[in-house]
Amino acid sequence: MSAIPLMPEEHYRRLQQRDSSEVKELWDLLDEVKDPEIPVLSIWDLGILRDIERQGEHIIVTITPTYSGCPAMDTITEDVKAALSAKGYDSHEVKMQLSPAWSSEWMSPEGRRKLRHYGVAPPEDADATEDGLTPDAHALCPHCGSSDTRLLSEFGSTACKALFQCQACKETFDYFKKI
Amino acid sequence: MSDTIKDATLEYAVRLGDDANVLGHRISEWVSHGPFLEEDIAYANVALDYIGRARMFYGYASELADDGRTEDDFAYMRDDRQYHNLLLMEMPRGDFAYSQVRQLLIDVYYNLLLPKLAESRDDTLAAIAAKAIKESRYHLRRSRDWVLRLGDGTEESHRRTQAALDSLWGYTHEMFEMDETERLLADKGIAVDTTRLRDEWHRQVSSILTEATLSVPEDGWAVRGGRIGYHTENLGHLLTEMQFVHRSYPGCQW
Repeated sequence: MSAIPLMPEEHYRRLQQRDSSEVKELWDLLDEVKDPEIPVLSIWDLGILRDIERQGEHIIVTITPTYSGCPAMDTITEDVKAALSAKGYDSHEVKMQLSPAWSSEWMSPEGRRKLRHYGVAPPEDADATEDGLTPDAHALCPHCGSSDTRLLSEFGSTACKALFQCQACKETFDYFKKI
Repeated sequence: MSDTIKDATLEYAVRLGDDANVLGHRISEWVSHGPFLEEDIAYANVALDYIGRARMFYGYASELADDGRTEDDFAYMRDDRQYHNLLLMEMPRGDFAYSQVRQLLIDVYYNLLLPKLAESRDDTLAAIAAKAIKESRYHLRRSRDWVLRLGDGTEESHRRTQAALDSLWGYTHEMFEMDETERLLADKGIAVDTTRLRDEWHRQVSSILTEATLSVPEDGWAVRGGRIGYHTENLGHLLTEMQFVHRSYPGCQW
């Protein structure tokens, strides 16, 4: 059965926001800023870049943390400032916005592909349990594609990931949790 | 916001921050001491969630205080009598069963408290809670699994888990007590009325304990005092370790 691929609504909204922004060039510029823990993903891909505004010469960038204690947020703040300064935007600030809370739904389709290629299973590669949490088996292995996998630990190398093992190719891999 | 409400909200944010900070530190003590690598990392993850929450609550407290104090001042520059965390959070980590039982008691509590706090009329508290609830659902799944496994495990794991439960139970009552400050805020729709959470908490915890073949302790004794700064000896030792670098090398960065 073939299906028409639909863009997730949340991503559509984000794209609209980016396309209608008065500072489109800054969204493009901040594509350079990667998550230090997952360097293939930009902060746009991850969905933690929430807004960019210009007030006169002053640039305000709004980001949101994935998890409360995500240690990458401080580094990301510094990287955003450095990227802006390098292009001559000297007056800037980075705001942290908590609400609405970040959701793994916000990750871009491109980000999901990059993540899989990097060896981390993206959230949609496992069926969520009834309560919406990580299942204890069958996340698709990003290395060999097998669904014969099982959860080793709910908490992987970072708060946003769980650790799985593939029974087919025997590799362990990270799964990006639904949240 | 009137001054009375503002002061009370500041105190409430500090309490929630202290709970998260002290528990986060306790959990972090497991790092490199976990029974195996995955468990070690899981503990580090949970500790980070709590320390992140502490930063958010203290950050809000410093905004409300508006007297130049930063989140670091709240965490590192107050002594034990100025800390207003629940006593349950400061109990030493004990053995693995002890830590997991404590975690279960607290995780069930937060899974009831945070959804209510997310409806607070205070937007910042509501936002922090909405973020934290997603994490606490994962925490509870883990502590529940462990308590089931340990309680219904070997004779030794059962014995230790029951012992942990019996020695921690008297510290749980404090979670459901309200003083004037919290009562005032609850009436304004800002704080959560925790007295209303007790029955559901007891029901959920009892059901997990029963499944784990553990007996639910009787409500015999209760200890309180954390919310007004009367602590067990343990908090002083914890703060000594946590605050040492900050106090010995003011302004130190690396």
